Amino acid sequence: MITFTHLTKRFGRYTAVDNLSFNVAPEQATALWGPNGAGKTTVIKCLLGLLRYNGTIRVDGYDAYRQGRQARRLVGYVPQELAFYEEMSTLDTARFFAQLKQAPRTEAVTLLSQVGLAEHAGKPVAALSGGMKQRLALALALLGDPPVLVLDEPTSNLDPAGRSQFLQLLAQVKAAGKTILFTSHRLEEIEQIADQVIVMERGAVRLTCPGDELATALGLRTTVKLHLPTGLLDNALDVLQRAGYAARRNGVGVLVDVHPGEKAQPIHTLNQAQIAVTDFEVESS
Amino acid sequence: MNWVIVWTLAQKELRDALRNRWFVLYTLAFLVLALAFSYLALAGAGMVGFAGFGRTAASLINLVLLIVPLMALTIGAQSLAGEQERATLAYLLAQPISRAEIFLGKYLGLLLSLFASLALGFGISGLVMTLNGSGAADPMALVTMVALAFLLSLTMLSVGFLISAFTNRGGVAVGIGLFLWLVFVFLGDLGMMGTAITMRVPIDTLFWLSLANPLQIFKMAAIFNIQATLDILGPAGIYAMQRYETYLTAIFMAGLALWVLVPAGIAFVRFHAKSDF
Repeated sequence: MITFTHLTKRFGRYTAVDNLSFNVAPEQATALWGPNGAGKTTVIKCLLGLLRYNGTIRVDGYDAYRQGRQARRLVGYVPQELAFYEEMSTLDTARFFAQLKQAPRTEAVTLLSQVGLAEHAGKPVAALSGGMKQRLALALALLGDPPVLVLDEPTSNLDPAGRSQFLQLLAQVKAAGKTILFTSHRLEEIEQIADQVIVMERGAVRLTCPGDELATALGLRTTVKLHLPTGLLDNALDVLQRAGYAARRNGVGVLVDVHPGEKAQPIHTLNQAQIAVTDFEVESS
Repeated sequence: MNWVIVWTLAQKELRDALRNRWFVLYTLAFLVLALAFSYLALAGAGMVGFAGFGRTAASLINLVLLIVPLMALTIGAQSLAGEQERATLAYLLAQPISRAEIFLGKYLGLLLSLFASLALGFGISGLVMTLNGSGAADPMALVTMVALAFLLSLTMLSVGFLISAFTNRGGVAVGIGLFLWLVFVFLGDLGMMGTAITMRVPIDTLFWLSLANPLQIFKMAAIFNIQATLDILGPAGIYAMQRYETYLTAIFMAGLALWVLVPAGIAFVRFHAKSDF
């Protein structure tokens, strides 16, 4: 659906994206993962024609720069920095962008309902919370029913509740058959949404892997320190090791190495064995 | 070019301009001063009351020269740079619309808001004068004055867009706009007078040099419209009358048109090529 071929973007002497090539398969979610400064946002800006670049980007066959309008007609975009006209009402904003995308005006109302903003339609955008603005951005991106959704760090400014709500919406969009390209540096988002991950480092592709194998591929490890009554330590250690965990004693607690997406599993295992955990700490490496 | 998109953007610009407190303030100031100038136009001649349209139009020239360029330069300068600073321009560019549509939509919207402001200012003062029985002895003079003031506002709007296309921050763009306003209104005149005296510039060159300032073109065109002569401007005016009389209107219109089209054209080329969003 989207092909990046030898994409290179330089800012003066600094190379932000270096000879990047990869494909985004239709109806799949592809994540660009990497630390800040890896070049993820630059890739997105090139795709949207906001930056000039060397190389080629094609969206369903359309050149993203030379045939920018046709390419962007296929793409709904959720930016990292939400930039709306703050004084406009939520509904007017949706209607304004519906007109620009030449989508039916009724679609604005339908999509606001779909993302749970129907009751806030009359409010000025400035009065919406961060989570609501993010959902508005998703609704605007879906106007005109584009087959591709591009999201740049969509949950970076959300609290845990807002993040969870947004990821649920995104999962629904994915289930509806959209092709998704998103950037993130949150492992749980990658594992929840992405079918494929492009790991970027200093503007280049470091590795490509399925979303649920990212932690293993990068050798990411999380250690959970469980605090237990002293008398139950040996028993807990035995239960955890029999369940297959790499567990060891550490003073007044037990250290358990787990997959980053399964931090609560050892607590659940101990609860099933009638061993109550009094407290826990998490360390990632 | 999709004109539905252009019109959608223009409508939004128009709404925003009419909500802009500075724009409203300029419009109100223009309206109040236009009324005051109209009332006082004949006071110096011993008559207290509303003047006829022709004389009132003459007294309005200086008001137009001060306020209209300031209004147009300010909103023009904010147009692209202000949106770029707020990141709304990048979001707009990420939509399936062309840069030409964005540029034209914004220009059209601001053009309409300037027209609304001038029509309001001139319209209400004209209406009040008519209701007070000062008599519309020469209403065409006022209509032509409105048209010339509108053209002047477009020249300054284009210059404002030019500034906006070359800057990334609204505040900086407005600052440059205010500096240029000073140059056009005050420093341009002083500079030309100084150049004429020290360089002993020939009268013909002096006339053509004055066309380098759109405010001067407006002033000459407006005076020519009211009096059908430029004698009041001194030797350069007398020379222009003798040398170009038949073509003066065409020269002034062409000068204003160039000041509208050239800066707007350069601004569009720059905006089209820009890629640091």
